[in-house]
Amino acid sequence: MSLFAPFRDPALARGQLAAIRRTVADHAGTMTLMEVCGTHTMAICQHGIRALLPDRIRLISGPGCPVCVTPVGYVDHAVALARRPATVIATFGDMVRVPGSSSSLLREQAAGAMIRIVYSPLDAVTLAEKHPDRTVVFLGVGFETTAPTVAGAIVTAKRQGLTNFFVLCAHKTIPIPMAVLADDPELQVDGYLCPAHVSVIIGADAYQPLAGQHHVPCVITGFEPLDVLQGVLMLARQIKAGAARVETQYRRVVRPEGNLKARALLAEVFEPCDAGWRGIGTIPGSGLQLRPAYAAFDAAVQLPVTVEPPREHAGCRCGEILKGKLRPSDCPLFRTVCTPEEPVGACMVSSEGTCAAEYKYG
Amino acid sequence: MASDIILLGHGSGGTLSHRLLDELIVPILSGIGPRDQNDAAVLAPVSGRLAFTTDSYVVDPLFFPGGDIGCLAVYGTINDLAMAGARPLSLSVGLIIEEGLPVADLKRVLESLRAAADRCGVGIVTGDTKVVPRGKADQLFINTAGIGVLEHALEIKGSGARPGDRVLINGPFGDHGMAVLVAREGLELTAPIVSDCAPLHELVGELLAELGDAVHVLRDPTRGGVATTLKELARQSDVAIVLDEAALPVTPAVAGACAILGLDPLFVANEGKLLACVAPEAVEAALAIMRRHAPAGESGPAIIGEVVGESGGKVRLRTAIGGVRAIEMLAGEQLPRIC
Repeated sequence: MSLFAPFRDPALARGQLAAIRRTVADHAGTMTLMEVCGTHTMAICQHGIRALLPDRIRLISGPGCPVCVTPVGYVDHAVALARRPATVIATFGDMVRVPGSSSSLLREQAAGAMIRIVYSPLDAVTLAEKHPDRTVVFLGVGFETTAPTVAGAIVTAKRQGLTNFFVLCAHKTIPIPMAVLADDPELQVDGYLCPAHVSVIIGADAYQPLAGQHHVPCVITGFEPLDVLQGVLMLARQIKAGAARVETQYRRVVRPEGNLKARALLAEVFEPCDAGWRGIGTIPGSGLQLRPAYAAFDAAVQLPVTVEPPREHAGCRCGEILKGKLRPSDCPLFRTVCTPEEPVGACMVSSEGTCAAEYKYG
Repeated sequence: MASDIILLGHGSGGTLSHRLLDELIVPILSGIGPRDQNDAAVLAPVSGRLAFTTDSYVVDPLFFPGGDIGCLAVYGTINDLAMAGARPLSLSVGLIIEEGLPVADLKRVLESLRAAADRCGVGIVTGDTKVVPRGKADQLFINTAGIGVLEHALEIKGSGARPGDRVLINGPFGDHGMAVLVAREGLELTAPIVSDCAPLHELVGELLAELGDAVHVLRDPTRGGVATTLKELARQSDVAIVLDEAALPVTPAVAGACAILGLDPLFVANEGKLLACVAPEAVEAALAIMRRHAPAGESGPAIIGEVVGESGGKVRLRTAIGGVRAIEMLAGEQLPRIC
C-alpha cells in the first residue's frame, strides 16, 4: 500500500467533511481561515479541497511561500553576484525563474553565469570544497524549516576552514507576520492553519502569543488531505466555541518545544533582524541575519556588488494576494500578462505560489 | 584504437576518423564491411504505408539504473514508430561526441544500442559521427531516425479519442524520469528506482492485431509525462479527459522520491509506457494483452480515466478524497522546491 493512502482515505474524508458541515451549520457568518505555508496552498488546490468545504468556510492564502515573499531587490542582488567572475550561485530550484527588476537567474545562466540547483545547502559547501578557485554563493531563502540546514552548512564550512563559501541571507520567521496579519482589520482572520514543518522546528508553543494576545485560534496542520480537513474541523470547532487556543493536529511529528537541536543551531548562527516582505513591506524582527561571528560567510558583507534599483511591475497585485486580501483571479494580470511561462510576480513563479497553484489546479 | 579517449581528430575525416569507424563504430553497430559502405543505405521495397520519425537523445548521465543513452536512442524512436501503429524496420544513428569521452564509455553505449536494435529486430542501416571540442557538447548526443511500415489500414492518431473511451496505461509511471534524476543528482534513496526504458512495438502490434479499430489513440508519455501527453490528446481530439487519482499506478519508491523533491509524478518522463484510448468494449482484452507484456514484478496496466464529450481539451483529476482539479501543462521544467 502507498505510504500516503491512509492519509487520503475517501471514507474518512467524507466523515470529516460531514463533521465540518455539522459544525458550521448553525454558525452565523463566514469563517475565514488562513494558511501560511505554500505546501498547504498546494495541498488545498491539488486535492480539490476548497470545493468540498461548505461555503461558509473561506480559505485564504497568506505569505507562506518563501520565494514569493522574497523582495525583488534580493533577486537583483543574486543576479549581480552571478555576474561576478568565477562565481557560482547555488540555489534551490524555485529561485531560478523568479523575475528580478530586469533579469532572472535563469536568464543569467543562459547568458553564461554559473547557476547550480542543489538539493541541500551542504551540496553548496561540497561545491566550494571541490572548486577552491571559485566563489560559491548559496541563496539562503526560506523559513524556519530551511534556515537550520543553512546554519548547519555555515557551521560545516567554518569547521572546514572554507574561505570561498558564502550565503546571501534572506531567511524569515513566520510567527511575527502572522501576528501582523492577525491585527489587520481589513483581513479578519478567524483562524490559522499553522505550517506543518516550520512547526516541527519552532514547536507548538511558538504560537501561544498569537492565540493568547491576538485571540486567533491556531491549529498546526499536516499536509495530507485528511490532515487539512481535520485541521479545518478543529479550527471550526474553536471558532464556534469562541476559543483561541493552540492545538496540534500534526501530532505525529510536532512537539510543544519543537526541535531543540535545530533551534540551538539557528540561535548560534543567526540573529533576528528587520526584513522586507514582498507586498507587505518591512516587518521588524521578522528576518534572520548572520551573527557577527559568522560575518565571514555573509555574501552581502564580503562580496560588494552594485545592485540595480528595484523595479516592480506596476499592475502586479502580489502584495494583496500574499496578504490574502485578493484571490489571484482578482489581479488584472492573472492569466493574461502573468502566466507560468512569463511570470510577472513571484506568486506565479514558485511552484508553491498562490497564483501558480490556482493557475495549475484551478 | 590507440587512444583511450576520443580526440578532435577522430572527427576530422582523416585516418583517425576511419579507424574510429572501422574498428569501433561500424563493427559494433552494423557489421557492414568497408567495401559495402556508401553514402546512403538502399532499403528493400515494402508494401504498406511508411512511418518515419526522428528523435535526439541528450540524457545526463549516459548510464542510469535500468538503461543508458544507447538503448534509449533505440527504444525512444522505435516507440514513436509504434505509436503510429507501425512495425519498425530500420534506424539511422547520428553520434555527436564531445572530445575527451572515454572510448570505453562509447563502446558500452554502442554495444547497448546494437543489443537494443537486435532485440527489436531492426537494422542500423546508416549513420554519422562528429566530434566537437570540449565544452561544446555534453559527453555524447545521439540522434536516431526510424522507418516503419503500417501493415493495416487503421488510423492511429492523437485526434482519435472519442467520448466514452477509456484511458489505459500499461504500467506504473514516473520511473524513468526519477531514475535519471536520482542518478544525475547522486541522491541517496533507500528504495532503488529503475528506468522503465523498453520497446513497445510488440505490445502495440498485438493490440492492433486483436482489437483493430477499437484502439483509437496510442501515445508514449515521454517528456512532460502522463499529464502533458493527455493534455495534448484532449486538445487534438477536442474532448475532455477525466482521470481518477486513486487509479493512477505509481510505485511507492517513485511516489516517495517525488514527495521529497516536490515533483508531481504525472509530469515525470517515461520510456516504456504507453497511453491508449480504447473503446469500452475492448478494455478487458486490451488489459489482458498489456498484462502479458508487463515486465515481471511490475504491477501491470490500469484504467486511469475516461474521455468525455466536452470540447475545449480539458483534463481533470478526481482526487482520492472526492475533489476535482484541473491539470495544465507545465511552463518549463519541474523545479525542486525549497521546503
